[in-house]
Amino acid sequence: MSTISRDEVARVAGLARIDLTPAELDRLAGELDVIVQSVARVSEVATPDVPPTSHPLPMTNVFRADVPEPSLPVADILAGAPAAESGRFLVPQILEED
Amino acid sequence: MGTSTTATGATDLTRLSAAELATRLAAGEVSSVEVTQAHLERIAAVEPSVHAFLHIDDDGALATARDVDARRSAGERLHALAGVPIAVKDIVVTKDLPTTAGSKILQGWIPPYDATITTRLREAGLPILGKTNMDEFAMGSSTEHSAFGNTHNPWDLDRIPGGSGGGSAAAVAAYEAPLAIGTDTGGSIRQPGAVTGTVGVKPTYGGVSRYGLIALASSLDQAGPVTRTVLDSALLHELIGGHDPRDSTSIPEPLPPLVEAARAGAAGDLRGVRVGVVTELGGEGYQPGVRARFEESLELLRGAGAEIVEVSCPHFTYALGAYYLILPSEASSNLAKFDGMRFGLRVVPDGGDGLAATAERVMSATRGAGFGDEVKRRIILGTYALSAGYYDAYYGSAQKVRTLIQRDFAAAFEQADVLVSPTAPTTAFKLGEKLDDPLAMYLNDVATIPANLAGVPGMSVPNGLSDDGLPVGLQILAPAKADDRLYRVGAALEALLESTWGGPLLARAPELEVAR
Repeated sequence: MSTISRDEVARVAGLARIDLTPAELDRLAGELDVIVQSVARVSEVATPDVPPTSHPLPMTNVFRADVPEPSLPVADILAGAPAAESGRFLVPQILEED
Repeated sequence: MGTSTTATGATDLTRLSAAELATRLAAGEVSSVEVTQAHLERIAAVEPSVHAFLHIDDDGALATARDVDARRSAGERLHALAGVPIAVKDIVVTKDLPTTAGSKILQGWIPPYDATITTRLREAGLPILGKTNMDEFAMGSSTEHSAFGNTHNPWDLDRIPGGSGGGSAAAVAAYEAPLAIGTDTGGSIRQPGAVTGTVGVKPTYGGVSRYGLIALASSLDQAGPVTRTVLDSALLHELIGGHDPRDSTSIPEPLPPLVEAARAGAAGDLRGVRVGVVTELGGEGYQPGVRARFEESLELLRGAGAEIVEVSCPHFTYALGAYYLILPSEASSNLAKFDGMRFGLRVVPDGGDGLAATAERVMSATRGAGFGDEVKRRIILGTYALSAGYYDAYYGSAQKVRTLIQRDFAAAFEQADVLVSPTAPTTAFKLGEKLDDPLAMYLNDVATIPANLAGVPGMSVPNGLSDDGLPVGLQILAPAKADDRLYRVGAALEALLESTWGGPLLARAPELEVAR
């Protein structure tokens, strides 16, 4: 039985903001199904009494002194931008047109 | 071991270890310009067949070399590795040098800053020869997922150099560089080391700064040395390691003495050292030649006085599953920054569908065009594992397995000072052989992944040739912050093996065809 359908892959690709071609969707659906079924084995031993670990080193609240430091020059940052104008990133419209 | 000479009778500087080069540089027998030039010439000669580099910086490397030579002449005290050239994996950002992480989405990007590793290399005066090839965003075990072509294994050009750091390993194995930087999220330093006959070390998580590494999975990523000898790895590890205030996950303690441990280990005395053989990392699924070399290495360790004990880590069989949930989940979040807005590629949809090119559509089009197959696969897998309704079953369960694996390690290190296993289940496979079977590709990392999940350090040491004549590696694992144990045992094994072989394993690699 398949655990992850083509429609599901399309939905998740939308969440991940990745355009996929129909051929990519077909292939990924098959591959992801095999992978998900394999990795799902982890649930066999993940019983309620086991606490989760998110990070290998137990460290919390790492602070530095609150001292201002110089930032990178704006021109250096914008040099790598796809588009810039007046010292700012130039981005496409955010909202749909009415 | 004999020193190679060229046709003119001069020492071939590219065949020397970093430690040997450092000694000659310090004694004034050679200049950094000569050493760097020799490596640049070697790169020019073998790159047409190996393709370990994505970018070569002749001018920058020689400028650093000239500067180091001038400072040495002026009597300045320099770092031990000053003047020894190095190759850097293309996932480490380098100011004014292209950095792509093997992805089209970053093609042509020039970082505006240096990673802490880069800063330390520059401050110590190591000429940076160039940036090495890798699987896109370090996702892969063969370097075939690079957007910029395959790297070829110097032992057999039809085979993979491992991955994701295949470029760094191949560059070192092909004598294009004595040292390289790698990163290891699930084995990307150690597995390429095993299949190219080189040494690779994944330090304790937090032992080397991650500031300026393009993040794959932040709770797993760790940078480390790629070299031809264990001592060279120790020298490089001490240079790049230690606390960095710019990385909040950096361990705020000094490193244990690594060079000292490597020098002590090379004497070959392992009395009092308990070496644990992990039952779950061997047997079925491991090539007979890999298993045979492993058994022989165990005998050498035993002969040097080590006590060999069998240990069981029952949850390691779940490590691969946990890893391929945790890594894609963290990657799906880390790679969200590639949105076509602030840097890198921007693809504007053609508008043929009558829809406005909004930021959201530009982002989707950019990522659809800029990411390769494996990156798409893992981002979608990670997004799925983190999505509502699946989070507990997948990501939540994987985090619990991580706890169980840490407990397995803790119990094993009660019985043993270090753990050992084969580094990879097979020797280098043919280019293309596993490209259409992602799950088969993932199995290459089955022995290396547990260390990343637990944050413990690991090393791969070349320990012979399999029946097919290709190199295999032995993995050594130590408790967190006890990286010195890797160097003691690794250097001992290296010395014992080389005395049985009569020289380094790489001396048996075929000579590469040289372009003229």
